[in-house]
Parts: sequence; C-alpha cells; structure tokens
Amino acid sequence: MAVVEYTGVSSLRGPLLVVEGVKGASYDELVEIESSGKTRVGKVIMLEEGRAVVQVFEGTADLDLPGTKVRFLGKPLEMGLSPDMLGRVFDGLGRPRDGLGDMIAKEKRDINGSPINPVSRVYPRNFIQTGISAIDGMMTLIRGQKLPIFSGDGLPHNELAVQISRQATIKEGEFLVVFAAIGLRNTDAEYILNSFEETGAMKNIVAFLNLASDPVVERIATPRAALTTAEYFAFDLGYHVLVIMSDMTNYCEALREISNYRGEIPSRKGYPGYMYSDLATIYERAGIIKGREGSVTQLPILTMPNNDITHPIPDLTGYITEGQIVLSRDLHMRGIYPPINVLSSLSRLMKDGIGKGYTREDHPHLSGQLFASYSRVQDVRALASIIGEEELTDIDKAYLKFGEDFERRFLSQGRDENRNIEETLDLAWDILRDLPEEEITRVSKEEIEKYMKKR
Amino acid sequence: MSAKIIKINGPVVIADNAENLKMNEMVKVGKNKLVGEVIGLDRGKATIQVYEETSGLKIYEEVEGTGRLLSVILGPGMIGNIYDGIQRPLSELERVGGAFIPRGVEASPLPKDTKWKVKLLKEIGDEVREGEVYAEVQERGIVHKLMVPIGVSGKIAKKSDKEEFTIDDVLYVLEDGTKLGMYQIWPVRIPRPSKKKLPPKIPLITGQRVLDTFFPISKGGTAAIPGGFGTGKTILQHQLAKWADADIIVYIGCGERGNEMTEVLTEFPDLMDPKTGKPLMDRTILIANTSNMPVSAREASIYTGITIAEYFRDMGYSVAIMADSTSRWAEALRELSGRLEEIPAEEGYPAYLSSRIAAFYERAGRVQTLSGEEGSVTVIGAVSPPGGDFSEPVTTHTKRYVKCFWALDKSLAYARHYPAINWNTSYSGYVEDLKIWYSETVDKNWYEYRRRAMELLAEDGKLQEIIKIMGEDVLPDMQKLVVGIARIIKVGLLQQNAYSEVDSFCPLDKQFKMLKIVVDFYDRARKFVEMNAALSEVLKGSVVSKLMRMKEDYKTAKDLEELEKEIEKHFEELEKVYKE
Ligand SMILES: Nc1ncnc2c1ncn2[C@@H]1O[C@H](COP(=O)(O)OP(=O)(O)OP(=O)(O)O)[C@@H](O)[C@H]1O
Ligand SMILES: [Mg+2]
Repeated sequence: MAVVEYTGVSSLRGPLLVVEGVKGASYDELVEIESSGKTRVGKVIMLEEGRAVVQVFEGTADLDLPGTKVRFLGKPLEMGLSPDMLGRVFDGLGRPRDGLGDMIAKEKRDINGSPINPVSRVYPRNFIQTGISAIDGMMTLIRGQKLPIFSGDGLPHNELAVQISRQATIKEGEFLVVFAAIGLRNTDAEYILNSFEETGAMKNIVAFLNLASDPVVERIATPRAALTTAEYFAFDLGYHVLVIMSDMTNYCEALREISNYRGEIPSRKGYPGYMYSDLATIYERAGIIKGREGSVTQLPILTMPNNDITHPIPDLTGYITEGQIVLSRDLHMRGIYPPINVLSSLSRLMKDGIGKGYTREDHPHLSGQLFASYSRVQDVRALASIIGEEELTDIDKAYLKFGEDFERRFLSQGRDENRNIEETLDLAWDILRDLPEEEITRVSKEEIEKYMKKR
Repeated sequence: MSAKIIKINGPVVIADNAENLKMNEMVKVGKNKLVGEVIGLDRGKATIQVYEETSGLKIYEEVEGTGRLLSVILGPGMIGNIYDGIQRPLSELERVGGAFIPRGVEASPLPKDTKWKVKLLKEIGDEVREGEVYAEVQERGIVHKLMVPIGVSGKIAKKSDKEEFTIDDVLYVLEDGTKLGMYQIWPVRIPRPSKKKLPPKIPLITGQRVLDTFFPISKGGTAAIPGGFGTGKTILQHQLAKWADADIIVYIGCGERGNEMTEVLTEFPDLMDPKTGKPLMDRTILIANTSNMPVSAREASIYTGITIAEYFRDMGYSVAIMADSTSRWAEALRELSGRLEEIPAEEGYPAYLSSRIAAFYERAGRVQTLSGEEGSVTVIGAVSPPGGDFSEPVTTHTKRYVKCFWALDKSLAYARHYPAINWNTSYSGYVEDLKIWYSETVDKNWYEYRRRAMELLAEDGKLQEIIKIMGEDVLPDMQKLVVGIARIIKVGLLQQNAYSEVDSFCPLDKQFKMLKIVVDFYDRARKFVEMNAALSEVLKGSVVSKLMRMKEDYKTAKDLEELEKEIEKHFEELEKVYKE
C-alpha cells in the first residue's frame, strides 16, 4: 500500500486536524503528522468525500495550517512485539522510553485488538493467592479475571497493587506483570517501578508510561498498547500476565476531552455516551482462551472523583468488570491497611474458584458468614452512636466486639505480610468466636464443629 | 450503478447512488462485505448502520443490496446454538477466524449438512394455510414444527418421498409453485402474527421463592429487573434460564460480559431441566453480543432474540426470553442516534426510546397461534441504571410497559441478602390474575398466606424505622415478635442461594409449606405472647435457627412435616409451662 502525503491542513482544533482533498484513506488508519522536523502520530476518526478528520495523539500544539504534512500509512495503529520487551519501559504509544534503543519486532499487531469469541473462552476458575486476607477470604482473585481497585486520592491503592503483584502466587507457569501508567504523577510511577526493582522483579515486568506531563490523547492508546503486549505474552508465549492499569480515571478524562472537541452530545457529567462500550473494549481483554496456555488478569486502578461510587467512571467500570475492591477513606484515617471496604467489594468469579478442591471446603460458607455478620456490625454501630453503647443488648455488644476484631485482626495486615489461605480462613473462624453460636447461621453445624471448636 | 460510500463515522456509513436500496434492507458494505442495514434514505443517499467494526473501510467502496430486510432464518438447528446479534453462529466464526472474532464472515445460522428425520404431515391435494404445521422434526429436547410461512397458502401439488432432509431441501411444492422447505425467513423488526392474545392465567414457575411466592410472573408476562452493578441481575436471569418451566429459553447477552456467556455454555449442558430431566442446553438458544462486540449488532440482538422466541411460540410452546441488559441496548440506540446527529431527548437518548421499549415488551404475550394452539412468550429484561438510580430514562420508561418490577437493592446486596429483591419497592401486577391457578394447583389458602406474609414484612418495615433510632429493646413484646418473624421470612424464605445444591430451585409445594409453617408459627406464638410468655421462650433459639435453615435442611415439602412436628412439640411444651 502506497503512502500518500498531503501538505497543509484546513483546520486545527484541540487534538483534531482536518485534511482536505484526501483520496483513498481508510477509516481508523494510522497517520503521521510532520511539522518542523518533528513527527507525531494520529488516526483517522471520520472520513468524508475528500476530507479526513484526524486525531493526533501528541496533540496539535505548535502545528500550523500550511506547513503541516500529513501521511496516510494505509494500516491501523500497530505496535511491535517481541519477547525482548521483558524488563523494558515504553511510552504510552509503545515506543521505547528507557534509552536502551529500539527493539526488533517479531510481530506487529493492531493495538485495538479484536473481541474474544465467547465460544473460545475458558471460564476462569483458578484461585490466585494474594496473601491479603480481605481479598483471598472475601473477594478472591481468579486467574483471567478483571478486578479493579476503586480508590480515592491519597489512598494507598498503589501500595496495595504492588503488594498484590509481589505476593500473587500461582502454582505453575511463568508470571509477568504489565504495568500501564496512565496520566500518573511521576512520583507514583516511580514508586511502582522502584518497588519492582527492589524485589528483583523488574525482569518480569513490561512498563508503559504516560505520565501526567505527557500528551493527554496518548492516554487513549496506553492501556491498549499494554493489553496488546499482555495478550502477546499470554496467548502467544504462554505467560500468566497480571496487568495493572493506573489511573483509569485519567483515561476517561482524556476520552471526555476528545469527545468534547468532536462536538459529540454528552451523556452523564459530560462523558460520551459510548464510554461504556469503549471501556469494555479494554476490560474485556482479560481472560483465558481455549488451547492457549497463558492468561490475562487485569487489576485496573481508578480514583473515584469525590469518593463517589456512582460517578460515571466507577459506575461504568463496575458494570463491566467482574467485581471491585473498594478502598475506604474512613478505614484509612483509622490507620487500617489495607483499607478495604469489604461490604461494597465483590469478586464475581470467586464462587467457582473457592471451596473444596480449590481453596478449602469451608471457604464459601465462611465468607458468606463474614459478610453477613460484618454488615450487621454497621447497623449496630449506627444504633450505638444514637443510644450509646451501654444501652445495647448483649448480642449487639458482641457484634461491636466482632467488628473491632474483624477490622484490627482480619482486615489489617502489614505491607509485607503474606498470609496463606489456611491462615486467612483460620483467622476468620477465630474472630467469629466473638459471636454467640445462634448468630452463625451461614455455616453448617459440621463446619462449626470442625473449624471453630477444634482449638 | 451501485451505491458508493461517501462518509464513514464509526458504525454509521453514508452511501450515495442508493436509489435501489430499500429502508431496513440488509446490505454488504465495502470490499470486506461487512453486514449492514439501511436505516435512512434521503434523496439518493442511504444511511447505513454497520454491524461489524468499520476500521479499514474506504470512501467510494461499494455498498451492495441483498434485497431482503434484516431477517433471521428460522428452522431446525437453532436449539443449543450460540449466535451473535445478527444470528451468525459463534462456533462457525471460531472455525473461520479462531479465538478472536473475524469480520465480513458469512455464516449460515442453520447447519448445512445435518440430516434431519422429518415426519411429513400433509398429502398431495391437501389445502394448507399460513401458520399451519406441515411437518415435524425431532430436534434435541423438542418437536420442531415446520409451519407454512405467513402469506402463503394453497393446494399441495408435490411431496418429497424422502424421510431425511438437509436444511436446503424441499418438502412440498404448492400448485402455484411455492416451495415448502425446512426453514423460513422473517424480518426481525416486525412482530410475527398470531390469531389472538389470551389473558395471563398461568404462572411461569421459576423455583425462586421471592418470585413464585411473592412477586409471580405469568406465562406471556413481562418483567424488569433493575439494579446497580453487582446487585444480582445476571445471576437471577441465569436462575430463570435454568429453572423456569418454559419449553424454550432464549437468552440474550446484550452488551454484557464474555465470561458470563462462557459460563452458560460450560454449565448448562451438565444441568438437568427439573421438569423433563433433559440437559438444559436442549431447550436453550443463546445470543451473545458482548460489550466489546460491535454496538450496532447489540441493537439488533434484542430483535433477533424475540423473533426466534415468537417462532417457537407459534409452534405452541411456552418460551421465556431473558435480555441482559436492555440498558445496553438503549445505549446502543443512543450511540447510533448521536452518530446520526438526531436531536436528543433526556440524557442524550433519542425521543423514540420510549416507543422502542414499548414495542419490544409488547411482543410478549400468551396467544392462540395461527394453527390454533396455545403458545406464549414471557419477556424478562434486566435494566442497568447509571449509579443505581431508578429515576433515569430507561428504568422509568420500562416501568411503564412491564407488569412485574423486581427491584434489586444495593444495600441488600452489600449485606449479601440474595436475591437482593427489595420487597417494599418490587411488585407483580399478576397476583390477582394468577390467584385462581395457585388456589387450584397449590393450596386454596395460598393467596391469604401470601398476603399475611407481605403484611408482616410491611409492619416490620415500619418497626425497623423505630429500631434504627431507639433500638429493639423499646418495643413491646408483640412487636418484637413481628420483627422476629419478619427476620425468619427474610432469611428463611426470601434469601435463596443460587449456588446451593438443595435450594437453588425450590419446588412450589415446598415453597408453600415453608410459607405456611412460618405464618402458622406466628399465629400460635401470638397467643403465648398475649399470655405474657417470655419472648425468648416463644422464639427459642434452637427453633428459630431451624426455621431459618429449613430451606437447606429439608429437601422436600414432605420432609418439612418433620419440622412441623417439632414445632408442634415446641408449642406443647410451652403450653404445659403457661397453663400453670
Ligand atoms: N441468588 C444469589 N445467590 C448467591 N449469590 C448471588 C445471588 N445473586 C447474586 N449473587 C452474588 O452477586 C454477584 C453479582 O451478581 P450479578 O453478576 O448477577 O450482578 P449484576 O446485577 O448482573 O451486575 P452487572 O450489572 O454489573 O452485570 C454474583 O457474582 C454473586 O456473588
Ligand atoms: Mg450482570
């Protein structure tokens, strides 16, 4: 396919430019924009007779109308892939950024990927032990799952993500972390990369960095470049890949900005109506495929604007992902780490990945019991704050004690503390002793005998 | 001259020279022959909605008409199959394109080389009319009836003498030359006709207590399941697909997760239909247009699904269709409307949102078919309101057109009370219609017991307001009793774990027995509380926990008689103490 070049553009607006007199361009095609010796990349987002609208990933600052050259490359936005990517750092578009020179691509792929055929998927069932009691016990992570962390500014989501990826153990196969920084502050990105370096895990990580100071439009491509890489390592090379994407809120902001420039009719809070579908093309790239060895597990991180879980970003994410881990400012202020609000958290895939043959037979009922009892604690606390603790019934007082133990002993753990599933479940039984036996209705008599009374 | 593309904007394409295209005609777009549909015609220009990813498409590529409206092909081979939104079998797409969905693939919805054993019912010289059954095929769990297409009638002139047929074979030829084969074609956006609508009189039994006992739906009825993310819409829809006593299930994954469809595909073949004992897959048709698949095919998937459902209804079957989620379909409408630069009404949705929702639910119903049999289509749609706020357009418009509203509640889901159906805000408009059926089939007092239980829940609702501020201790014993019994109803009856081996499906007689046990218990307990018996004695811990666990501990209604005896003993003992 011949490359066609045009000199001069007819309009520049935000990240968009319009070229006239275009012949033979195709929708979604990759474009190179050249001006004063600098090359940028873009893609065709609308085509009409003789006219193309191009979205420029690096933004249009500094471009002029007559001097800008536009080349249509006759292919979609692709990135080069190779096993040599291990340990390397790339920019948000997948170009090396660590000064270690170019990488020879073994394979080139469209960063948009294609939807996985539901018929070709394998239903995920294998438990990943993160060593974190709240997660392993109550919102178990499953290989091939997409489980986001809903956080807020100033909460320790990056620490938690690092701890998870450091402690996540899988029984067999090779493990790899793909890290996508999307509009992240430099200090945060560095914290994450350094943590990996310290543990010597850097050779098992591929990083894509679009920092806060980098072009906004590039953020649209960053998670896609990361996932294209993850799919390559998982489905071509057989790795079990954990993809950490932080911060998806910045991604959505970029999407809104572009939509706005395109003059589209917004839906809630100015975000485009297609944000659900757009996010789905990212999150649905997690999974396991029949006949291939590896897997893609996603741990996206997003900060909820104003801590509001009903804000369109967490809301639409929750509608697509297979659960969520919600961090609570209140627990954080009380010095509890990890500050996971278990009641609003959920892992939808856990039901098929826990219990006999997976974790331990008592796990399903036990986690149900913890949820039910801890949710009762909230009611009792609300009541206690009105009528005073002394006025509570004995049962309610027992719940208060349970709540305290749950948060201080079960939920809380050190940043390097790695508890195995047995320890987590035994601990859970231990704190349930705070409650009278009639209150423990979700587990069977036999389980009580076997696990609660054994010691 | 053929039509040529002059504009491409995502899934919306405009073609010039389109004089020969018809409104809603199916077209092939560009050199990859992507599937599309004409959705607007204006002075020689056609607006086309493309059902596949348009990247790589070029200006001046051709648009080819197919001469027919966006349609489905109806015949043997659909059951147990999984299709995308425009009825392409996903296994066929996998064969051609591997694990990732390819574009521009033409795939026959019905298997081409399967040989079907067909029972021919008509003879040469017989008159046949539209909708009449002329042949039968045993297809997995059911008898697939071949019906004379709408608009066709006449005298049979030729009859094939074969017994086995493939999908393209001809069975009969009419005198005017019309051929009757193994399949028919129907445009998805047009409802299939029936003779007349019948009133809702028979419930769709789901095995879910909160539905069958508290908010029942009739065969041919409509229901919406609204709820924020993670509140249990999909699990409930899966439960219905598994256990509802329909002959055919059409399950549409409309803009939802890929893994959820995979789950159905892996789980259903191993599960047995409690009514027939056959694998569930033998009565199930899946349509999967997941969230990451093209958005315009998502719009079409709802129509593909309901048309297939109507086709089986016309054979005299009861069909239940689940759409998860109708909100994603509405969003597809919104997205396409935006690309068409239409003026939006509320929250960016087009003004025709309401009428489209109405038209969809109106295709539900219990009917007399053209061949005089009775069939039904029950429609159950999930709704995913942004932020879980039910005042948004899709929920409010849906509410106007459905008769059952099964409202899922975030706080119940957070407390792991499943199904998280809120008993205060949910309703069923069919209770009165179904009263006779329940009293004849289940128990003549069913209606009264149900009413009593609802009343207890309502009273408890009021008491909970007081408890929140002052604690339970301030209540008089009689009210504490109500709170205690309501708790048994909530935990013991309303909660039902979908993953429980025993309780995932609860037969109707067991449901009634449980209801009766609790309400009778209340009535007897009242007497003792009136006599100033200690509440802790009346609501003895060991008895209460038996009531809470009865769903798991007693398998059948018969087994529950044991529990009744124990309760009897409990009250006899009380009697002894308080007589003195
Ligand atoms: N009847 C039930 N029994 C046990 N668990 C349930 C039940 N209903 C829901 N759940 C739990 O709730 C979780 C979420 O349910 P589900 O996936 O159906 O939510 P949803 O409303 O469809 O959410 P979304 O809108 O995001 O698709 C399930 O993974 C399961 O853990
Ligand atoms: Mg769902």
